[in-house]
Amino acid sequence: MQIIVNISLKHGVLDPQGRAIGRSLTDLGFDEVSDVRVGKRILLEIDESDEARARQRVARMCETLLANTVIEDYEIEITEGESE
Amino acid sequence: MSLSGLRVAVIVFPGSNCDRDMMVAIEQLAGRRPSLVWHKETTLDPVDLAIIPGGFSYGDYLRCGALAARAPIMESVLDHAARGGAVMGICNGFQILLETGLLPGVLVENAGLKYVCRNTSVEVVEGTASPFTEGLSPGQRMIIPVAHNEGNYFASDDDLQRLEDNGQVAFRYTESDIIGPANPNGAARNIAGILSANGRVLGMMPHPERAMSPALGSVDGATMLNATLQALAA
Repeated sequence: MQIIVNISLKHGVLDPQGRAIGRSLTDLGFDEVSDVRVGKRILLEIDESDEARARQRVARMCETLLANTVIEDYEIEITEGESE
Repeated sequence: MSLSGLRVAVIVFPGSNCDRDMMVAIEQLAGRRPSLVWHKETTLDPVDLAIIPGGFSYGDYLRCGALAARAPIMESVLDHAARGGAVMGICNGFQILLETGLLPGVLVENAGLKYVCRNTSVEVVEGTASPFTEGLSPGQRMIIPVAHNEGNYFASDDDLQRLEDNGQVAFRYTESDIIGPANPNGAARNIAGILSANGRVLGMMPHPERAMSPALGSVDGATMLNATLQALAA
């Protein structure tokens, strides 16, 4: 089963990288951009057929290692092994 | 106990690069060479001080310090801390201690988006109780260099207030005529180093092991480390 973990900075946490990208976009004429936040995307291939169990295990992985929950939120997406 | 009776261990991860500097610094002060302990070890011999040195453990992959914090040796370091053992994390070592949860908060990318490598003026905060600060005077200023890309200390307002109220802020960046602007990285409340609630665990961004001799521009790191060793030997 293929699982995508999306990790993003919590609301209120300063994102200097996002801000720099935002400034560059504005400089390039994309004036409509009012905010940029940069996150991380982790693709996991796991040997598990039960979706609920997989979700639970990956949540454990996020809490233990993949995300720092002081500043980051995570979202788990199951893609059923389809290639994107 | 004399200083040479102190048992000090320096933990070494793949990518640590201040481990030997720290070993030499401690040996210079204590007259006894600390042991270097590889991250794959699962036991830590009894020590008076465990030091987690600076560097780029595991290439800073995922997040600075994230992988090192879960390395085999860290369980023994956490046990040591749980028994009230002294632990000092410098720079990447500070990042690692935050990732273990021994200290609250997190170090995020410098506000200026640039790696900062320069001297800082660091002030000893009043009202702490720890072996790392008891031999220093409140308000004492030390010139100690920083070298990092993620040294911007961040914690929730509640955590910051708790740190202040409990005397857990050990060191703050200060303005200095010699050094210039105080805060090199945007750290909340100019925080350069913090303590655990029991004062036995210190994490700090500045590198005392790089301020050990007039030839290096400052001996204030030696002052700080010596005070720590004296307190632990007392």
